[in-house]
Amino acid sequence: MAYALQQLINGLTLGMIYGLIAVGYTMVYGIIGMINFAHGDIFMVGAFLSLISLTGLAALGITSVPLALAVTLLFAAGIAALYGWTVERIAYRPLRGSFRLAPLISAIGMSIVLQNFVQVSQGARVKPVAPLIEGNIPLYAGTDFTAQLSAMQIAIVITTLLVLGVFTWLVTRTPLGRAMRACEQDLKMAGLLGIDTDHTISLTFVIGAALAAVAGLLFLLYYGVIDFYIGFIAGVKAFTAAVLGGIGSLPGAVLGGLAIGLIETFWSAYFTVEYKDVAAFSILVVVLIFMPSGLLGRADVEKV
Amino acid sequence: MPARAGVAVALRDAFLSALVALGLFGAMIGLKTDVGPSSLVLTPRPWAVAIAVGAVFAGRLALLVWRAWRPAGAPSPRRLAAAGHQAGRYLAPLLLTFALTLPAYGGRYWLDLGILVLTYVMLGWGLTIVVGLAGLLDLGYVAFYAVGAYSYALLAQTFGLGFWTCLPLAGLLAACWGVMLGFPVLRLRGDYLAIVTLAFGEIIRIVLLNWVSLTNGPNGISSIPRPTLFGLTFSMEGGPGSVADFFGVEPDISQRVIFLYYVILGLALLTNWVSLRLRRLPLGRAWEALREDEVACRALGINVTTTKLTAFAIGACFGGFAGAFFATRQAFISPESFTFMESATVLAIVVLGGLGSQLGVALAALVMIGGAELFRDFAEYRMLVFGAALVAMMILRPRGLVSGRTPSVALGTAQEISADLVAQGRG
Repeated sequence: MAYALQQLINGLTLGMIYGLIAVGYTMVYGIIGMINFAHGDIFMVGAFLSLISLTGLAALGITSVPLALAVTLLFAAGIAALYGWTVERIAYRPLRGSFRLAPLISAIGMSIVLQNFVQVSQGARVKPVAPLIEGNIPLYAGTDFTAQLSAMQIAIVITTLLVLGVFTWLVTRTPLGRAMRACEQDLKMAGLLGIDTDHTISLTFVIGAALAAVAGLLFLLYYGVIDFYIGFIAGVKAFTAAVLGGIGSLPGAVLGGLAIGLIETFWSAYFTVEYKDVAAFSILVVVLIFMPSGLLGRADVEKV
Repeated sequence: MPARAGVAVALRDAFLSALVALGLFGAMIGLKTDVGPSSLVLTPRPWAVAIAVGAVFAGRLALLVWRAWRPAGAPSPRRLAAAGHQAGRYLAPLLLTFALTLPAYGGRYWLDLGILVLTYVMLGWGLTIVVGLAGLLDLGYVAFYAVGAYSYALLAQTFGLGFWTCLPLAGLLAACWGVMLGFPVLRLRGDYLAIVTLAFGEIIRIVLLNWVSLTNGPNGISSIPRPTLFGLTFSMEGGPGSVADFFGVEPDISQRVIFLYYVILGLALLTNWVSLRLRRLPLGRAWEALREDEVACRALGINVTTTKLTAFAIGACFGGFAGAFFATRQAFISPESFTFMESATVLAIVVLGGLGSQLGVALAALVMIGGAELFRDFAEYRMLVFGAALVAMMILRPRGLVSGRTPSVALGTAQEISADLVAQGRG
């Protein structure tokens, strides 16, 4: 019982991180209908920017953990947003209106570029970082196992909820959010009604990249090690989460992220750690076969 | 003074690009994290940032200048397609002659490179059946390559079977896996199909990595037997039963390399020939119809299920052949060789080749694999350049090198159709 509770907590924490990445996939897919293959690598870049920022702040002698985290969050999100903007500008915008495989190949190319850029600039070695937030709160004592809620997990959940709160406000209450939703419904019509669609698409990438960078920071804090290759697997899983939740649906992406996090954690806990990725991918296949529109997605009606 | 204003605009644009580059590279290149004695330490590298930002500034300026001075009026796509078609008529036999005669004047290095390029040509032609003809976007093609390689390696090690016995078996097993992948994804289209095939490729790799009792896990399988020429081995010692002994020549490593070269050339040409013949069958026409419009296909009474499954099976079969060849050529395989990068490379070759053009795939493989080889000395930057080249290719020539299509069936004479006029498969 205590063990299961612990897995539930771990799974939800991991799921929050996947959810943050999945939102970026689902937003881009909703608006321009392409899989932003480089999104997972933006997440990885965000993790590296956080690493650089944390190390730099420590070198400058800033010891206050909340201050360091806040500065790092803003720094990583800001620079990663610039990466997102640049990727869209270089690799996707010239291909708008091209045949449908072109942006996908271009995105794969961009993903390779980002991965190898980080490998060249920051080195291929695994980067460890000392845990910043320590401490545990015992929750439930079982016979031989005590479920604990770590301060780190609380920090991750609070950060995610805060960021998602700001994001929801942005999408539902601001003119920008309205423009984004309009573009998602009908890009051409939105353009005819005076929305600067290129600008809106750019900002979608910027916001998605910023969220991915926050996920990168949380990933770095939670696991304590990163390398240049983490973006690929995390990206595929986050995409799975987006599909599971119903692609194009923002709450669905978070829900899907939580589901993938839980599945992965429980699979590792009760079956085998080695095959946890297989579990996540199998879920993707099963969902697509039996529920192609996902948990919260709209059914895709094909018109002839 | 419009020219002067133009210069000012260009300079401003280049300056802004440099500013963005500074934002991108400032932390990433400027501050390198190194693992220090107790914790991470930062090494500042201001000069590297300055060089990178300067390069972006100069590059952007050069691009703007080139755009301004470029002669107006590019040749029309129709004329280009016709020109490509004309050139293709002579290029294909020329390339084939070159490939056939390469061992006569190419050294060991060139033959090894030729084998590598031909392996990718074969994979490209195999994937062309799935992506180019049937229009099913497959990002997990490497899975079949892996199945073929491991089939041969395991059959050879467990039952002591030779290469030529295992080759059809490897193809058959890969085809079975193709059908197994095909069944669940029958209903999926486009990007969904792409991501599921990607997941499938990863699943196969993870299983190969973790099923240690069967595959030896990350350590891989070594000492896989080499192919024989009608039972004659290519051993270095010579001796009875070896090729050198049979023909009465000195044993030499290059004999085996030349043999392997011709094996892969033969396999690649077989793939090419089979797919060209298949295009003329009702099945091949059904594939192409499926690529253009699935709904119309159903309406016309084409069995979409079998059409898709055969495309997956036949494409996978050739992937399996290539895998078996890869295993016998390397004599060592491990899951390392079957990562997503391989799938992406093969798909890039197919797309760059123009999705369905046989000659295009050969040219694309030559450009991409041969081009990557040129950057061998800058091993670190090789993949970086590869990725950038993919993006650049898509922006400059999204329809690939040979982008026109010649209809398989036509009333009167078949005419080359320009790429801009053909629909693209939705998968």
